[in-house]
Amino acid sequence: MENKVIEKQNMSLLVNSLTSAEGAEVIGPRRKDGKYAFGKIADASELCLDYDTTVLPPKMYLLPPKETLITFKLEKEYKVEPVIEDKSVILFGVHPHDIKAIELLDATFSATNPDVNYLSRREKITVIGVDCLNPNPNAFCASLGTAIAETGFDLLLTDIGDRYVVTIGSSKGKELLREHAETREASQAELAQRDVERQKALANYKVSLKMPPEEIPKLLDKSWDSHVFEERSEKCLNCGSCVMVCPTCFCFDVQDDVALNLKQGERYRQWDACMLTDFALVAGGANFREDKKSRLRHRMYRKGKYLWERYGKLGCVGCGRCASACLAEIASPAETFNLLKEESK
Amino acid sequence: MITEEITRTSIYLPQLAELIKVKSIAEREKLFEFKLQDAKELGHKPGQFVEVSLLGIGEMPVSVSSSPTKKSSFELAVRNAGSVSNALHNLTEGATVGIRGPFGKGFPLESLKGKDILIVAGGIGLFPLRSLINYILDKRDEFGRFIILSGCRTPRERVFVNELGQCQKRQDVELLETVDRGDEEWTGNVGMITTLFSKVTVAPQNTFAIVVGPPVMYKFVVAECKKKGLRDEQILLSLERRMKCGVGKCGHCQINGVYVCQEGPVFTYAEILKLREAI
Repeated sequence: MENKVIEKQNMSLLVNSLTSAEGAEVIGPRRKDGKYAFGKIADASELCLDYDTTVLPPKMYLLPPKETLITFKLEKEYKVEPVIEDKSVILFGVHPHDIKAIELLDATFSATNPDVNYLSRREKITVIGVDCLNPNPNAFCASLGTAIAETGFDLLLTDIGDRYVVTIGSSKGKELLREHAETREASQAELAQRDVERQKALANYKVSLKMPPEEIPKLLDKSWDSHVFEERSEKCLNCGSCVMVCPTCFCFDVQDDVALNLKQGERYRQWDACMLTDFALVAGGANFREDKKSRLRHRMYRKGKYLWERYGKLGCVGCGRCASACLAEIASPAETFNLLKEESK
Repeated sequence: MITEEITRTSIYLPQLAELIKVKSIAEREKLFEFKLQDAKELGHKPGQFVEVSLLGIGEMPVSVSSSPTKKSSFELAVRNAGSVSNALHNLTEGATVGIRGPFGKGFPLESLKGKDILIVAGGIGLFPLRSLINYILDKRDEFGRFIILSGCRTPRERVFVNELGQCQKRQDVELLETVDRGDEEWTGNVGMITTLFSKVTVAPQNTFAIVVGPPVMYKFVVAECKKKGLRDEQILLSLERRMKCGVGKCGHCQINGVYVCQEGPVFTYAEILKLREAI
């Protein structure tokens, strides 16, 4: 891959050149109430590239919390029209684990029955990643192999002190850099420095998985009846926070809304989650995952086995957001998988 | 990165269909006949389902109740159970609905051809089964013996009574009915559907059982089928789940790693044995 270097003092020129350019909106991590959140960047001073984690992942720019799918007219002649809500967005400052989460979403929505709502939006998104050198205390990306991204970005920045190494991941990224930034070729010493910074960051993860990630599906094969699910789920508040902050959860509900004139309306999808009590409820009254245990187990299996079997990617990228959001302190997949591993010995 | 070419049609856009006939079939159940706009064929297989849109109310998954041999229109039999089905029940002829689909795997007609067929219908499990029953009746010589076991809670809850009556008269259909609890007028069998099994003999090598009913029924009926000597691969079940999208995305219908809307709703019992939480 081609690597460039951009001086830190020139970074704001790049960001401001992007924000002032026509067309794409720049979205990046900003400070918000003592935490970080992705939001619109109007000026380079708002962008925080050294953040630990954001409360919500950048998923909402690919799969919005609420998204119109069709509109309809209920006049004498009924009419239905598809709606594709897409706009050009530059996601600036995405951590490698979130890049991997986007790759999973890409796989899901482009598989059998391609989802044009997602894919049209995705086409217009530019991903500028940044290496996570200051990991969140609940994250376990190092042991999960998600701390370093080799694919899935247009550009990837690594902070090496007074400069960033910029890895070019696509022709779109290369073009953007050529148009908006002043760069030079990275030297061997700078690339070596990038690797040192990455290695240092790997040592900063506080949580780690006690097995290689590819062992998780096999571990789950024999864990169905484990007490771990029952014990951990006892404290679950059924609030769904773990799944709402997850970068890889993509389940949704579909609902209709009618205008007050009763003549038109829209059908939209909105985030929904298997940890909520009525997720598997049917009209006749049967609920196929009625208890907390089966819901927590389903979530863990989806993360560690089901998506792996379907798309060859784990459904967890180790960001730790669920563990940070969970009031009952039971959400971390690393903790669950480690307990299961312990039990299986 | 996405490499596949994007299909430019929305998978969430329904086709419009006209309600051309409504018939009440029991206390909470009606049969609806639809015609797609531009007189298109639905093109379904027995056992597949569609997503029915009541625009402004929502969408619901419903198995198709008519046989694909009936081409110009299709029928959906629906119990009034939720908000969308309730709105559907209030519609009159001439109303417009949206249809997406057909979705899912239907009954495996190719494996069933030439075989003896044992249908086991519990309550409104007869709704999806009717697509197969009518298909077999229309192509009767392509199948072997045709046995239908049908049961429901009370005589009042029986559905498609006239059609079952027609079957009763045919020499080439063996129909047995039962109700869990009888009333003054009921002179037929009384007892759970499993009690009908002792009244039929089957040739286990050559028979497929196709079972649809409430979730609670499956374990007991499967046990009876196995007692008759049927192998797990010869027992087919159709599972009810909440298919919200029908296209393998929304996650609601998932059983373990399987999307029922894609890989089901029809499964062999051999497949179901590998799925925990299925029945």
